[in-house]
Amino acid sequence: MDETKKIDLKNTEVRELNRMLQKRDGNNFNYFNIINPMGAHAIATGLDNEIDVLIDGHVGYYCAGMNQQSIVTINGNAGVGVAENMMSGKVVVKGDASQSAGATGHGGLLVIKGNASARCGISMKGIDIVVGGSVGHNSAFMAQAGNLVICGDAEDGLGDSIYETVIYIKGNYGKLGADCIEKEMNEKHFLRLEKLLDKANIKDDPKKFKRLGSARKLYNFDVKNIDGY
Amino acid sequence: MCGIVGIFLKNKELHSQLGSLFSPMLTEMGDRGPDSSGFAIYRDKIEDEFKVTLHSPSKNLNWNEVEKLINSKLNLSIKISKISSHAIFKTKLEPEEIRKFINSNFKDINITSIGKRLEIYKEVGMPLDVLEQFNVINMIGSHMIGHTRMATESAVTTEGAHPFNTGSDLCLVHNGSLSNHNDLRKWLFKEKGIVFQTENDSEVAAGYISYKMEEGLSLKGALENALDDLDGFYTFAVGTKNGFAILRDRIACKPAVIAETDDWVGMASEFRALSRLPNISNANVWEPSPGKVYSWGA
Repeated sequence: MDETKKIDLKNTEVRELNRMLQKRDGNNFNYFNIINPMGAHAIATGLDNEIDVLIDGHVGYYCAGMNQQSIVTINGNAGVGVAENMMSGKVVVKGDASQSAGATGHGGLLVIKGNASARCGISMKGIDIVVGGSVGHNSAFMAQAGNLVICGDAEDGLGDSIYETVIYIKGNYGKLGADCIEKEMNEKHFLRLEKLLDKANIKDDPKKFKRLGSARKLYNFDVKNIDGY
Repeated sequence: MCGIVGIFLKNKELHSQLGSLFSPMLTEMGDRGPDSSGFAIYRDKIEDEFKVTLHSPSKNLNWNEVEKLINSKLNLSIKISKISSHAIFKTKLEPEEIRKFINSNFKDINITSIGKRLEIYKEVGMPLDVLEQFNVINMIGSHMIGHTRMATESAVTTEGAHPFNTGSDLCLVHNGSLSNHNDLRKWLFKEKGIVFQTENDSEVAAGYISYKMEEGLSLKGALENALDDLDGFYTFAVGTKNGFAILRDRIACKPAVIAETDDWVGMASEFRALSRLPNISNANVWEPSPGKVYSWGA
């Protein structure tokens, strides 16, 4: 159905809202508009169908967590753990995101137009995250797969103990985390980055970005450390 | 976990609404800390006297007897007014003298605050009950700080509830836990003569900041020193006679959100506690950076 279902969280419980968005009440709406989120937690979590959800206002913790297929847009700031453990679909934060944005995500795209705070993309497992602003400390900690694009700067500890996630960063970074190093950008990387920026609808010049990734010295056993075991 | 909130009014016209702006903030943080709730209010400046707020865990305490004893022993004529489970009196005595006298003469009385503008009230239980008990919604003043506690470092008692006051007019609320508070408590007592009423880590943080300020540092300066001397996890909200400040440790595991308009500054563990403040949709809302002091007023 093309009609938009409007839901006011001033008079609807989050549990009831999520039941509707998960289609457990049998509705057939494709478009939802949530107003007055008032920083409530767990808004639009556990969605698993191709719907479009627009949230007007700031949301609390774990918004759009475990998302599959749905497109969730937050017209405001997001609290801790936005789009955590996303599997597929897209989550867009128009404002800033608090810590652990996109944590453990397996797939899909998370776009943060503003800044993200500490531990953005912690333990990411295949999700793509594009941040229009800067990220806080220890971002991409133990990041395993996927891409993290940072159009601004990053605080200390970026990519600590990173596995195979690729980080693209335009601005400055603080002290890099253990086993994270800067790598050469070639034509293949410029093309990949261009696609990511396009998908995220963020205009920027891929040529201005640096690429960071794992030196692969930490997660493989090194025989010289035998005495440590 | 714990929840902390604070509001500092920049526009004097809002002073009459302080309690009604603050109450929903504290209520919203109830599920971050259901063990106890407390608040500090800065109001009614008195020039040449100090306000002393007291609490006693013993329900049958006769405050008239306390008043008589203080007056006869110190040759004073103070009047103690009962405010629910707490009591308040005014005196010209210096804070240190008051602390020494009360602590050595009344085993079952705790000083919740001493200050020219500060009053602190706190109780075991959920914020809604505590707010109602003290009729907070009608309170008038310039700034308030509150706390909902999920106990970690010491017992669930009124004495262990926040905010904590040391010195004069300084109060602190804390979300987190400190790991070097025992050593620091001993040092502050031995070297600086600061007496603590509880085993609580947050009281030590309050004592540390008031000691630094007595040494001549500003609130901002004292908090900058705290970054190096206090070990552990914390988000602090601190009030002084005319000031308000926020500090998160450098790792910043403990949450905090600040919102500011021309009329007020609000701070809370989570945005939802700020979501009912007037004109919030046009406020500047941000998460305070790790290891950076934010301060307003003096």
